[in-house]
Amino acid sequence: MPYTLTVNGRAASVDVPADMPLLWVIRDVLNLKGTKFGCGMAQCGACTIHLDGEPTRACVTPVSAVGAKKITTIEGLSADATHPVQQAWLANDVPQCGYCQAGQIMSAAALLAKKADPSDDDIDAAMTGNLCRCGTYLRIRAAIHDAAARSRTSRRAAAAPATTPAAAVK
Amino acid sequence: MRAQLNRRSFLQVSAAAGGGLLIGFYLPPAVAAQGGAAPPPPPLSPNAFIRIQPDGKVVIIAKNPEVGQGIRTSLPMIIADELDVDWSAVTYEQADVDPVKYGPQSAGGSTGTPTNWTPMRQVGAAARLMLLAAAAESWSVPAAECTTASGQVKHAASNRSVGYGAIATKAAAMTPPELASVKLKEKKDYRIIGTKVHGVDNVKIVSGQPLFAIDFTLPGMLSAVYEKCPVFGGKVASANLDEIKALPGVRHAFVVDGVGDPNTLVGGVAIVADTWYQAKTARTKLKVTWDEGPTASQGSEGFKAQAAQLSTQTPAQWIRQDGDVDAALAAAAAKVEAAYSYPFVSHAQLEPEVCTARFENGKLELWAPSQTPGSALQSLTKVLGVQTADITMHQLRGGGGFGRRLYNDYVVEAAWIAKVVNGTPVKLLWTREDDMAHDPYRPGGFHYLTGGVDASGKLVAWRDHFVTYGNGKQTAATAGMGPVEFPAAYVPNLALGMSMMPLGVPTGAMRAPGSNALAGVMQSFIDELAHAAKKDPIQFRLDLLSAPVIPLPAPADGRPAPAPLNADRMKGVLQLARDKSGWGKTPPPKGRGLGVGSHFSHRGYFAAVADVSVSAAKAITVNKVWVAGDIGSQVINPLNAENQVHGSVIEAMSHLMNWEITIDRGRAVQSNFHQYQPTRMNQAPTAIEAHFIETDNPVTGLGEPALPPVLGAILNALYAATGARIRDLPLAKSGYSWA
Repeated sequence: MPYTLTVNGRAASVDVPADMPLLWVIRDVLNLKGTKFGCGMAQCGACTIHLDGEPTRACVTPVSAVGAKKITTIEGLSADATHPVQQAWLANDVPQCGYCQAGQIMSAAALLAKKADPSDDDIDAAMTGNLCRCGTYLRIRAAIHDAAARSRTSRRAAAAPATTPAAAVK
Repeated sequence: MRAQLNRRSFLQVSAAAGGGLLIGFYLPPAVAAQGGAAPPPPPLSPNAFIRIQPDGKVVIIAKNPEVGQGIRTSLPMIIADELDVDWSAVTYEQADVDPVKYGPQSAGGSTGTPTNWTPMRQVGAAARLMLLAAAAESWSVPAAECTTASGQVKHAASNRSVGYGAIATKAAAMTPPELASVKLKEKKDYRIIGTKVHGVDNVKIVSGQPLFAIDFTLPGMLSAVYEKCPVFGGKVASANLDEIKALPGVRHAFVVDGVGDPNTLVGGVAIVADTWYQAKTARTKLKVTWDEGPTASQGSEGFKAQAAQLSTQTPAQWIRQDGDVDAALAAAAAKVEAAYSYPFVSHAQLEPEVCTARFENGKLELWAPSQTPGSALQSLTKVLGVQTADITMHQLRGGGGFGRRLYNDYVVEAAWIAKVVNGTPVKLLWTREDDMAHDPYRPGGFHYLTGGVDASGKLVAWRDHFVTYGNGKQTAATAGMGPVEFPAAYVPNLALGMSMMPLGVPTGAMRAPGSNALAGVMQSFIDELAHAAKKDPIQFRLDLLSAPVIPLPAPADGRPAPAPLNADRMKGVLQLARDKSGWGKTPPPKGRGLGVGSHFSHRGYFAAVADVSVSAAKAITVNKVWVAGDIGSQVINPLNAENQVHGSVIEAMSHLMNWEITIDRGRAVQSNFHQYQPTRMNQAPTAIEAHFIETDNPVTGLGEPALPPVLGAILNALYAATGARIRDLPLAKSGYSWA
């Protein structure tokens, strides 16, 4: 079946079976390897992507169910790892093996898009579907708070009037 | 394979293709060979650990497999520090598999750090000396007057300096120093070792760039699935291959006989298709008639009944006997009797087993995330008949290991399938269901314990009848117990007995093998005896560690008797955990308690204190865990060390609450994470503190030893909070859940 998908802001035409999970379309047809396979039954969250901004498990989402919804994968979060969540992940040295982290980051980014300053309970609620077998949860929690702070700072900077050169350098 | 690399090793330099410095560190195969007279060193073939580019950028070769333990970062850190370059100038390249060139390459037993700590420093230090000598010669000054810093050689007297990149070619012509004679930095001079260095792959990880074994792809590559008998040891009788071959995208479907060894190749059906989804879809139509074999009669219920039966008999063999346990128990002021058990456990690393292989013109090339690539080469030669010289194996980052990738079954399967397909690369990827059904599980076990304390509260008697799995002579893999399993050697009257049950289910090493089962039992039972003795559980342990050590008789084979743990080091971490946790300072409110555990494994000494709350509905919250460790004189990367400790706590929690593989009719019952839940975000403690004492002892690894004491700490905290002593894992079986 032919489908036209919008992936990371670009149109992509694929000809695949209607029941093919979006995960395998993304990984093996579109060759975007950042989205990971962990369980195939929406239990681990390694395959988390955004459909119109909503965190979605690509491993149980048939391509036919996507329709006109915009797909964002980890590769589309930023061109160069500059999304505040990615920056916070780097600053907090979150990964151990790193396999789950794309899914974690996508869930975290979706959370922060809705809730600029999430509480630990908000984080638990949003992140509990994402397994980290290595156990980096404490750093993930810290990184989400850090990302929230980074976003606040950049929003303030954007809203603030032009600063003096000295202040800008600082 | 714990050869001392520095003993017989050589340095050789040659000009690299780019005009840079190529420093080779050579391991003669004689070192790797076990015993026998060492043959003369073979012709040296270059093996670069360091490549200095003309612009001063430094490429360091990371030799070992990376599965999340951080070795790809820490070994290059060690070289870079001795080389005296800035970490910001360093990039890494992952070494291919070549045991002759690189020495042992493995991720197991927390050996990566202790076996490489000295050789990697020597490689870096030797390269630094050659760069220094090259600069001195070009300036016609004595080398002794020159110094190095930040990738530069300096001559203070003449105020000259030169970057490493500018003299790398000249340095290549210098006579290399003997590695063993190279002076290494003192601890106070480290500039990278001991600092917080971020993981070298982090940018790729957070931006989703291809990195892991599952991400690897080649033009024209096919994809495979491999179906094996759900009953361990079963074989294919027949399969509807013709029907499968007609399905969309399927290129090959065939039966593999295998060699009957779960560590290399067991029989099954391979389906190879244009895409993995096609192969997996075709598999849903696969009909196989299996010859299930004798293991179909085995199951967890049967093992439990058999163990209970065996517990009433005299142990089939003795691991250790000291003093007179019966007399000591008869005279004891208090006596405790308890039966403990723990289940089979699956590794559940998040990236399922995956390997890409290409067989062409008699040569085999593989891209694998193996934890034991060296033994993979041996298995490939044995099973496929392809000689090591004809195998090229690339190491890809593994999405978790935990011991699962010590076993190369999926590598051999991929190679076998590629050999049948011949000429086209094939990626074999398992499903999660494949992974959970075909794991070398952490073996379950049963302990029937009796202990006694005297009127002064001293532990005077300890008896354990350990019912485990094995063929009567040899225990199943990692299902044994040694004669120095604590508190053995510290209790005057002690008897460790063992009986075995035949097992057709494969077992194997999982993070802190042996210890990840035994520590929970031993640390719980010690706690029971501490309470029986009416003593503070930490003080009871400290007292126990102050008892005179009972030596083991020397074995008949002339090898030294196994040494018990070092009491002073264990006391050190117990005291540190006690101090950091505020142990005993304020009585916790009802339903909340602190528990302690301590354990020595993989050369590391660790103690943990857990703060746990339990609701009336048996919902458990692990509020906080303090972990204290002694892994020798240096923690190489404190940032990663903390991460490994976090992981150890979280993994211990998975063991405690939910992890159980039940065997029924010779097969695993649990199939995916819905039935086998690892710890999740909402269950993670609010805080985990990791503290290290640096002691004057060899530098050792951290992948494993922080985990075992946490098992005891949380179980003992559960008791402190509720008075309930849970002796059968996982806790979910007794009605507990995480809050």
